[in-house]
Amino acid sequence: MKKNLSPESESGHRSPPGRNPWYRWLKRTAGTAKFQLSLLWRDKIGMIGLIILVAIFLVAVFAPVLAPHDPMETMTRPDGRIARMVPPSWQFPFGTDRLGRDIFSQVIIGSRVAVFVGLISAFMVVFIGTNVGLISGYYGGIIDDILMRITDIVYGIPFLPFAVILVALIGPGLFNIILAIVLISWRSTARVIRAQVLTLKQRAFIEAARVSGASNFRIIYRHIMPNVLPLSFAYGALSMGTAILTEASVSFLGYGDPLLISWGKIIFMCYVAQAITVAWWWVLAPGLAIMLVVMSGFFIGRAYEQVVNPRLRER
Amino acid sequence: MRAYVIRRFIQMLFTLYVLASVLFFMFRIVPGDPTLMYVDAAIPKEAQLVMLEQFGLNRPLGHQYLLYLKNTFQGEFGTSFYYHAPVARLIPPMLISTLLLMGTIITLAFVLGAVLGTLMAWRRGSRFELSMLATSLAFRSAPLFWTGIMALLVFSYTMKWFPIGGMHTPGQEFAGVLDKYFNLDFLHHLILPSLVGAIYFMASPMLIMRNSMLEVMGEDFIEMAKAKGLKDHTVMFKHAMRNALLPVVTVLSLMIGFAIGGQVLLETVFRWPGMGREMVLAIQRFDYPMAQASFFMLGVIVIILNFITDLLYGYLDPRVTYR
Repeated sequence: MKKNLSPESESGHRSPPGRNPWYRWLKRTAGTAKFQLSLLWRDKIGMIGLIILVAIFLVAVFAPVLAPHDPMETMTRPDGRIARMVPPSWQFPFGTDRLGRDIFSQVIIGSRVAVFVGLISAFMVVFIGTNVGLISGYYGGIIDDILMRITDIVYGIPFLPFAVILVALIGPGLFNIILAIVLISWRSTARVIRAQVLTLKQRAFIEAARVSGASNFRIIYRHIMPNVLPLSFAYGALSMGTAILTEASVSFLGYGDPLLISWGKIIFMCYVAQAITVAWWWVLAPGLAIMLVVMSGFFIGRAYEQVVNPRLRER
Repeated sequence: MRAYVIRRFIQMLFTLYVLASVLFFMFRIVPGDPTLMYVDAAIPKEAQLVMLEQFGLNRPLGHQYLLYLKNTFQGEFGTSFYYHAPVARLIPPMLISTLLLMGTIITLAFVLGAVLGTLMAWRRGSRFELSMLATSLAFRSAPLFWTGIMALLVFSYTMKWFPIGGMHTPGQEFAGVLDKYFNLDFLHHLILPSLVGAIYFMASPMLIMRNSMLEVMGEDFIEMAKAKGLKDHTVMFKHAMRNALLPVVTVLSLMIGFAIGGQVLLETVFRWPGMGREMVLAIQRFDYPMAQASFFMLGVIVIILNFITDLLYGYLDPRVTYR
């Protein structure tokens, strides 16, 4: 059995003994996942958030199977007339719109866009923001200066107008919306991670790692990063919510992806059909769906925030 | 302190410059003829050539860039394709409308958030705290335009308490700027959009205030104040809250970028005649000079307000001013 020589990091992880480095990495990652889950388990509200998120994710994956009708298909009543503007009923749980399309199916199919935008944006924002924060905080000096100046400048650009203008200029499409979101959202994560790295840099275990000859890369990614991960995940959960809200806002203003249904787009179509005053059900359902998903993101984010700042823990 | 102000000021100018440059290059990546951005294709050919010359669109890119910077600095934004009037003259009234609504929303959000956050921290673990937490998070999670639409449906259409949007009752004449904004009708129109916006943006300062208060409440001087026998609300507001306010002010500058986005949505839903709504309409009408100018002005608002809040923060916490 190979002796474990690497220093123990603060999260209490030891490198698992094993044959080759890849196996050890896999074991370590699985251990981290179990550890993260146990963090969430401690806070019941965070667990609720995770359950809701997983539920919506499953709905999105199985959407074509779950939706009772084709969202684009005009439905007819039993007597043959088009089912226009029908309030919620047994046949149509969320009612129908002005073209007779089932809103329940629209909301279910719309969850795909929400989950896609949310997860991809959250991942990109966490990836970019965490790396910028790590590099900026660890190296300091002129690299830190330049990166922080760039972050400050990005703070000066208003978020939604930039997204709308970018999408209006280079064309509406899911990828362009995600691009606009990611280009601006990484700034908060970077700032916060950098602050955390600055405090971690002074700790004894980093000194120990440096003395035992670890390279900069190893120190950053093997020792510092696992300790800022809870904060990254907190901001990831928060940015997932923001991304979904932004996509909904851009779609509501009319610049959503023309080929896909998203929750914001459903409300946009109601607004354009000038049916808001007559068809409250058309607007209520997608809005509640957005609220549910974003709220679950906030719950998860709060749970991680409590890990980083123990004083916030309930009793 | 003076060095700090000068440094921030120079940074502000640089950010303005970057914003203008970003705008310049963004509008150049549009596929097709970029001169369509500045010159209305519907006007006669000679007039088009004159405008091309004025905006330097027949010169190399470097020249165009410098001419664009000079024009922007002098406030020369071109002529609106839709209104057929100089953009620089159209902007000020819209700017005032936007600033009034945004100012109201941010003030309400911060005052309510700070006060409620303080109360939440004081009554730790009570039902009040949990219900406030749940409510503010719920409103922060619901899309702002949706909350606005619901509010309009319930309070304006059904209960008829508030007008259905807009800034004034249509068909009114005003003697001047003061008369236009300082009347009861304007207030009546202002209430619903500002409340909707405030509820949305309230969550962040409230939670930060609560967290900050939790830290301050553990300090010795609070123990001392309580031991002195001071009333609860005196300790809460006069001693604890003042010290807990600092992190909340940091959040202020973060929020301003988002508040502008909220402005765009609220102005669209409530038909408030401001810069945000104008930008969206201008893009829809392909009125590019207006769209560029609106976006630029929104960015300018964010940058200047960020500068002011940085100064405020430097005043409140002098430690920040030492580099």
